Amino acid sequence: MKSLMAFFNILMKDMKNYYLKPPNISWGLIFPFAWTLMFFLRSEKPLEIIEILPGVMSLSVLFGTTSMLAVTITFERKSRSFERLLLAPISLNLLMLSKTFGAIMFGIINALFPAIFASFFVDLSNVNWGGTVLSVLLIAVTSTFLGLFISVSVSEVFEAQTFSNFIRFPMMFLCGLFFPIEKLPIFIRPISFILPLTYGADMLKNSINNSGFISSWISFFILIAFITGLFFVSTNRIKKKWIY
Amino acid sequence: MNIIEVENLSKKFDNFLAVKDINFSIKKGEIFGFLGPNGAGKTTTINMLTGLAKPSSGKIKIAGVDGIKNIKKVQQIIGIVPDESNLYDDMSGIENLTFCASLYGIKKEIRESRAKILLEQFGLSDTGKKPFKAFSKGMKRKLTIAAGIIHEPEILFLDEPTTGIDIESARQIRTLINTLNKKGTTIFLTTHYIEEAERLCNRISFIVNGKVIKIGNTKDLIEDVQKDNIVEFFVEEDVNNFKELLVKHFPQIKIELVSNNKIKIISKEKINLMPFMKFFDEKNILVREAKIIYPSLEEVFVKITGIEINKLKKEKEMKKR
Repeated sequence: MKSLMAFFNILMKDMKNYYLKPPNISWGLIFPFAWTLMFFLRSEKPLEIIEILPGVMSLSVLFGTTSMLAVTITFERKSRSFERLLLAPISLNLLMLSKTFGAIMFGIINALFPAIFASFFVDLSNVNWGGTVLSVLLIAVTSTFLGLFISVSVSEVFEAQTFSNFIRFPMMFLCGLFFPIEKLPIFIRPISFILPLTYGADMLKNSINNSGFISSWISFFILIAFITGLFFVSTNRIKKKWIY
Repeated sequence: MNIIEVENLSKKFDNFLAVKDINFSIKKGEIFGFLGPNGAGKTTTINMLTGLAKPSSGKIKIAGVDGIKNIKKVQQIIGIVPDESNLYDDMSGIENLTFCASLYGIKKEIRESRAKILLEQFGLSDTGKKPFKAFSKGMKRKLTIAAGIIHEPEILFLDEPTTGIDIESARQIRTLINTLNKKGTTIFLTTHYIEEAERLCNRISFIVNGKVIKIGNTKDLIEDVQKDNIVEFFVEEDVNNFKELLVKHFPQIKIELVSNNKIKIISKEKINLMPFMKFFDEKNILVREAKIIYPSLEEVFVKITGIEINKLKKEKEMKKR
């Protein structure tokens, strides 16, 4: 009960201090909003909207989750306030879950924007909503833990920003969001398959317009493996580097 | 009853041994001072005791709990005030305090009421919604201490609590440490202000180059290094007028001139004041003051650590040879 109280308060503190601050809202929400609007306005037919919807949603989740987390943890580490959390009587796993939960929620909210927009232009009755929610959740958790991994791998805020952009921007082009993986040059394709967003986006495609090329079950298990691996590696790095 | 027990504790960073096989215990309700120069291993020791650093070897027992294996259980009963303020810049005083209390699972009403009391006690109630980053250095320090005690810990670790703040704030913090201790809180205090340790601590430990070289109460530590007994006399007459006579009268003692009216009597044996008073009386010299001079803790520290540094130098030289 005491741990849950700590979890909830860390989450609320992060929401208030970071996620609901104007710069984050503008980057995390307005950016995907503008992005979505741009894609949808360029689409000539409703069919195109449903084709690009999984890509836009995946991208919104990716930017929503990673835009703040990597920076906030690095910032708190620099200002030593993260030490206060490490010294609190809550387990490291629960602490990191509370630090990442805000980003996961923010990512999921970001995914709603393109979906709501699309609902005005196309018929979404054939969408598998259960699969869509699960896909969005898995993309959000994976991207958040990727942000966590970035934050524990760097020591300066600018490094976190550079590192996250170094990972995020190639993902836009290599994960099959808007450009099919099978059309990528053959030597680049292996890179696509080591990026988690490829599986998340493909799962989302299967749920929204049935255009994925990987079995959703395979994507599901690969994403679970990414989630477990990234979380395990990140918490281990904290234990080794920060609880020195 | 010992509330903290440390056995053969060491911490190694690559090839550098920051803390070397230290042993000490702290009694419940004690203010224990951990004194040493910068880089002596004070903060590393605190970090090991509080769970921010993993010991390379040794044992820690806090309130009967294994401080290495069950650190999360230990963290429930300890409070930590680090050497640098580590609260949240954008949050106000009350927000910072209530947040810190929530980390220990304290209910909303209780944490809010405790936060208000602490802000009042520390003279910070008028800070309102002012963010922590706008606080002065002294105010920041006080709020950091308040954050360390909001969950009413049994043991409080204070790392250099008065470093870099104004005299008035430092005085308030020292008063607060005493008040907390009177309420039963055991305090582990690291400082490089010897005066502060002398004023506050029941027992003191000296740490140099990662090694605890002396532990004891102030009186014992002073007695250990006091080789001479010294009495200082403050007289009406010019000391030079009777100095030689005094030397002749007391050949076994050493005399040292402090000023024209002050003289130091130094002896290996305990000094009996009566023969001196009789001497001054016979010579019609009015004695304004006579006081026994003890070495200050600072002198003790320099003496002890100096010996240790010399020892280390010798050891290094021996190894080189």
